Amino acid sequence: MALFEARELHLRFADRVVLENVSLAFEAGRLSGIMGPNGAGKTTCFNVLTGRYKPDRGQVLLEGRDITGRSPQAIARMGVARSFQVMSLFDEFTVFENVAIALPQLRARGPDPIGQAYGDPGLVADAHDVLEKVGLADRADELAKALPYGARRALEIAVALAAKPKLLFLDEPTAGLGSDGRVRLADLVRKLKGALTIVIIEHDMQFLFSLADEISVIHWGQVIARGTPAELKANPWVKASNLGRLN
Amino acid sequence: MAAGRTVPTFTVPMLAAWLVFATVPLWIERVGLYQYLGVEILIWATYALAFNLVLGHSGLPSFGHGAFFGLGAYAFGLAQFNLMPNLWLCLAVAMLAAAAGGALVALFISHRRGIYYALMTIAFGQVFWFIAIKAHGTTGGEDGLLKIARLPADVGLAAFDLKDNVALYYFVLVVFVAVSLLLWRLTHSPFGRVLKAIKQNETRARFVGYDVWRYKAAALVVSAGLSGLAGGLFAMAQASAFPDVMSLHYSGYVVMMTLVGGGLVSFWGPVIGAVTFFLARDVIGALTTAWMLWFGLVFVALVLFKPEGIAGLFQGVGSREQRNAGPRPASTPRPQPR
Repeated sequence: MALFEARELHLRFADRVVLENVSLAFEAGRLSGIMGPNGAGKTTCFNVLTGRYKPDRGQVLLEGRDITGRSPQAIARMGVARSFQVMSLFDEFTVFENVAIALPQLRARGPDPIGQAYGDPGLVADAHDVLEKVGLADRADELAKALPYGARRALEIAVALAAKPKLLFLDEPTAGLGSDGRVRLADLVRKLKGALTIVIIEHDMQFLFSLADEISVIHWGQVIARGTPAELKANPWVKASNLGRLN
Repeated sequence: MAAGRTVPTFTVPMLAAWLVFATVPLWIERVGLYQYLGVEILIWATYALAFNLVLGHSGLPSFGHGAFFGLGAYAFGLAQFNLMPNLWLCLAVAMLAAAAGGALVALFISHRRGIYYALMTIAFGQVFWFIAIKAHGTTGGEDGLLKIARLPADVGLAAFDLKDNVALYYFVLVVFVAVSLLLWRLTHSPFGRVLKAIKQNETRARFVGYDVWRYKAAALVVSAGLSGLAGGLFAMAQASAFPDVMSLHYSGYVVMMTLVGGGLVSFWGPVIGAVTFFLARDVIGALTTAWMLWFGLVFVALVLFKPEGIAGLFQGVGSREQRNAGPRPASTPRPQPR
């Protein structure tokens, strides 16, 4: 049984069909990719899977449990975390606080109106571990808004990782990064691979093909191809499209 | 093992501010002012602190907060007339009535943010104001609820008469200290930090698992309850409750105080704003009846050139750490002493 499954998702915005009969399955411990041209419906698909939009039809299953139409916070608490294509951080918080606020132990104590927010040494250590993983431990006290772009991308992933997810959705994590940044990010994702189930939407085909175990291609709101990077490279449709230009 | 980072229950500047407030009755008349002004300032400072929980700390633009202040004022008077003339009971009723009003409003607006939230709070504020004017049998309509007594503060072993303005001032100071301690603690608690996170990025807060609706609703209820407490004190201080305090322009006063003082960047901004507002009213007001025109111009100038308010002027010369108020976390895990 797949860890996470989408079955025949349909979504329409007014008269425009944005997802049509989309079925996806993500196996535990694997890194899956979703690719497709601009406007293909990739981010919308993520938004349905993570509860931002409710599909008109279809089912979303986490470990066999139907979570269709659940709120983003409910899905997050079940162990699904995501990053955003357009950077979405707590800009006035420090790097540390961005991560700490996403930790499950702080979330559990969220309604506490009297206690110390960061008084628990275990929480500080956990936040530090996450920052260590993404290479931001030495910038813990800097404001998120003051970080350079590449570091903000890493922090975006750190906030998602802090929730200790079973499944991590990364929406175009290389967007806006230079070649050095992409290499660093690929190294980070490689480190996370195996320990986590990861799904990445990505435009950078080199990046995705070098990391993913399997890739689904979405176009016109439909899954038009699926397979390992090698299979997709050989796929005649993918080869004929812009998506297949991988040198 | 890492060391946690804690925020003290109170700070030295806090203690210093309370001490300065404690000396006010000793010198206020010598500088040409009057004892009742101190009472008014402290009540409105308490109200502004409570209001800033939603505006400054949670980023929720509530522009009809006068409704909760007024609800507290009326509830204090009505409890005194209809339940029992006991100070603690009347203040508790004032707080609960305003919190209930806040809960009712929160039910309808907590899914909104920004301008839509602001407009809904104005609309609800107007509804409460209108009810206060029209429910003549209960509220006294435009004539107000009169003859509200300054009840004695009975603490078991002794009862303190609050009829004198100085005695009332010290009682209000105790409430002010308690409310400021509570709000200080709250804003640095997990609840307060989540509110701050929601203020910055509601979507992200939702996607890391927080039920944003509940937090926003809870912030409004707490803020409304404490505003109601201030309203109850105000009814006692002026021995009456009028619909004016629920009107849009009175609601605007507390917004002005909070922004002028620097509530968006400093916990104490609303207090600075309340002091500035009343001093401006009395000092500029002694020179011209158009004091609000001049205060309004100061407000416009601050919004244009120093949106962080008066507190922001001082923070500008502070260190970066000071500018970024809030608990500073430990950057690296440190060994615990054995």
